[in-house]
Amino acid sequence: MPSMNMIQSLNNALDVMMARDPDILVFGEDVGYFGGVFRVTDKLQERHGLHRCFDAPISEGGIVSTAIGMGAEGLRPVIEIQFADYILPAYDQLVSEAARLRYRSGGDFTAPITVRSPYGGGIFGGQTHSQSPEAIFAHITGLKTVIPSTPYDAKGLLIASIECNDPVIFLEPKRLYNGPFDGHHDQALKAWKDHPDAQVPEGHYTVPLGQAAVVRQGADATVLAYGTMVHVARAGIEEAGIDAELIDLRSIVPLDIETITNSVRKTGRCLIVHEASRFAGFGGELSALITERCFYSLKAPTQRVAGWDTPYPHAFEWDYFPGPSRVVEALQKLMED
Amino acid sequence: MGKEVHNFMTSRRNITLHIPQPSARPGDQVDFSDIELPPAGDTPRPAIDASEAVLRELPFGMIRTLADDHDACGDWRPEASNGDFVAALKVMLLNRAFDDRMFTAQRQGKTSFFMKTTGEEALSAAPSLALRPDDMCFPTYRMVGWLLARGYPIRDLAHQIFNNACDPLQGRQLPILYSSKAHGFYSLSGNVGSRIGHAVGWAMAKAYRGDDSIAIGFIGEGTTAEGDYHEALTFASVYKAPVILCVTNNQWAISSFSGIAGGNETTFAAQALGYGIPGLRVDGNDTLAVWAAIEWAAKRARAGYGATLIEFFTYRAEGHSTSDDPTKYRPKDAAAAWPLGDPVDRLKDHLIKGGDWDEDRHAKAVEEAAATVKEAIKQAEGVGVLGASKPSVKEMFEHVFEEPDWRILEQRGEIGI
Repeated sequence: MPSMNMIQSLNNALDVMMARDPDILVFGEDVGYFGGVFRVTDKLQERHGLHRCFDAPISEGGIVSTAIGMGAEGLRPVIEIQFADYILPAYDQLVSEAARLRYRSGGDFTAPITVRSPYGGGIFGGQTHSQSPEAIFAHITGLKTVIPSTPYDAKGLLIASIECNDPVIFLEPKRLYNGPFDGHHDQALKAWKDHPDAQVPEGHYTVPLGQAAVVRQGADATVLAYGTMVHVARAGIEEAGIDAELIDLRSIVPLDIETITNSVRKTGRCLIVHEASRFAGFGGELSALITERCFYSLKAPTQRVAGWDTPYPHAFEWDYFPGPSRVVEALQKLMED
Repeated sequence: MGKEVHNFMTSRRNITLHIPQPSARPGDQVDFSDIELPPAGDTPRPAIDASEAVLRELPFGMIRTLADDHDACGDWRPEASNGDFVAALKVMLLNRAFDDRMFTAQRQGKTSFFMKTTGEEALSAAPSLALRPDDMCFPTYRMVGWLLARGYPIRDLAHQIFNNACDPLQGRQLPILYSSKAHGFYSLSGNVGSRIGHAVGWAMAKAYRGDDSIAIGFIGEGTTAEGDYHEALTFASVYKAPVILCVTNNQWAISSFSGIAGGNETTFAAQALGYGIPGLRVDGNDTLAVWAAIEWAAKRARAGYGATLIEFFTYRAEGHSTSDDPTKYRPKDAAAAWPLGDPVDRLKDHLIKGGDWDEDRHAKAVEEAAATVKEAIKQAEGVGVLGASKPSVKEMFEHVFEEPDWRILEQRGEIGI
């Protein structure tokens, strides 16, 4: 089985799906001949033709609205928004159109589109290349929001997203494209090569949406994370020396509530880790769900480690980025109570 | 050089913030004298493969076929027969009868909201009949005539307007925001303009498949100020999408006149110039001109020449909706003074002059339309008007996703369904 980094596994997912289904079109800014600024669509135009993978104008609203029209017609477009920070001009299309079309037309028209977008920090991208906007999509009923953390999951989840008949926001943790970054920015970079989760079958497979992965079994606390923070949390758990269970949510809508509540009822303690700002972040929803459903199992208040409630600051990358030391502190606090 | 600078300085105007104003407000004399109308037959009809340079003057003319003597003239006379126009006239009469009955129903409290089409009937009847069943329309909310022309049951329109147990959209939509794929009518939304790009995407999908069916999208002149419109034009131009993009310039966006959307500075059709596509400006109250413009743009799109922008120049003769009172912002008699007349009267006069219609047949058709509408609405009232009947509350939870997730299932359970 070949070893792939996340760029290669995503590229492979698109390649596999385009070969299987002529209704799949890929377009976005710089995705055609050039193959995308992160190379995720590399060689797709060469392999599948000019009209199946092409460049779009710098118009996120136009890209999404065009894709919705194609989806309504019966195609299955997979579009790229170059950075998740750029998605806001398309927000009206996603919220008022893609998410509502099935509902308001009584199922007559649907928008089976997949919106891929690199997100998250740790790359010195400053305010406009580092943000984590998942909560603004999770809040919108009618949209699914998927976030992989490994090359294997990235491919399987992307294929599942493309095959899904609902609109899917597929956020790619760009700091994980080339390696399993655990937040130790001052240490040597690790590549995906030789990582067990980088063993990616070449053919078609799916990782179902709405199924979290228990990536580390544990008895004393539950840690919920997704994207880059899965790796950061794992490092934090190991450094804290606490027997915590680590759950990679993989999709936040649909949310695997059963895996979460089973774990928290078992451990009685929960830490939520995400890169996005804390206030009204997705961690707030997770915390509320846990309180509502696991209150009598809880031995301590649920903790959140998240980005600060400031814009993402360029010079303070590692002061802002929630690294393993903050996970360690939060776990220690969680265990004290 | 020094002299030029001096001239510039002396001709300089005092800087002031410019706020466009309409020609008349309530109490003023109606004034449409600023509207330049070329005579019928004046604007030439280019070949569908004409180069961009040949098409540049089109947005500043006006495609008109019906002259004051009611004859059709000029090279924009459509290929369709007078039999087709009789069919269009009947749809327009049905539209008018439906509007009158439903407006009254709203005033009687049978529904919350309604919007009339008055004055714009040609803009849905003619395109609906001129285009093919497999073409898709991305309408505005003032286009029920498209559905009527394609035989959508009036009873079902009424069911939706009453949001009763037989509402085809299961009680989820405002009264007049219809949707029917089978009739080539895309799902409406109250967010104006946000579906114009979908028309382009749909058309691109057809081109991708090598299918010669096309899309037609409509937007009001007020909404052309939205980014969606310019994005749609960009994509339509870049990919030569087989789409017809139409601006219904009915002069009013609720209370804002077309100048607030830029209509004082140039024509809406002229926006096409910046995108390198043809921009037709059409007398929207001239059914034959509307038909001809659609024919031309559709032929062009099906032959692979790409998108056309059409401005339909018309007048919203009634209020924006049942919630609006236009006498608060424009002269009461403005609609009656509209220099391009009434589309139903003009088509009727033309057909009578050609011997394809007469006053008796017209009177009978008006009666028939009223009776058809009355009967259909009566059937819907039998099921129930707003509040007296509604779809199962279960429908509130359907179609959020293809399959409901645990949230939807739990929340249904919370209210015991």
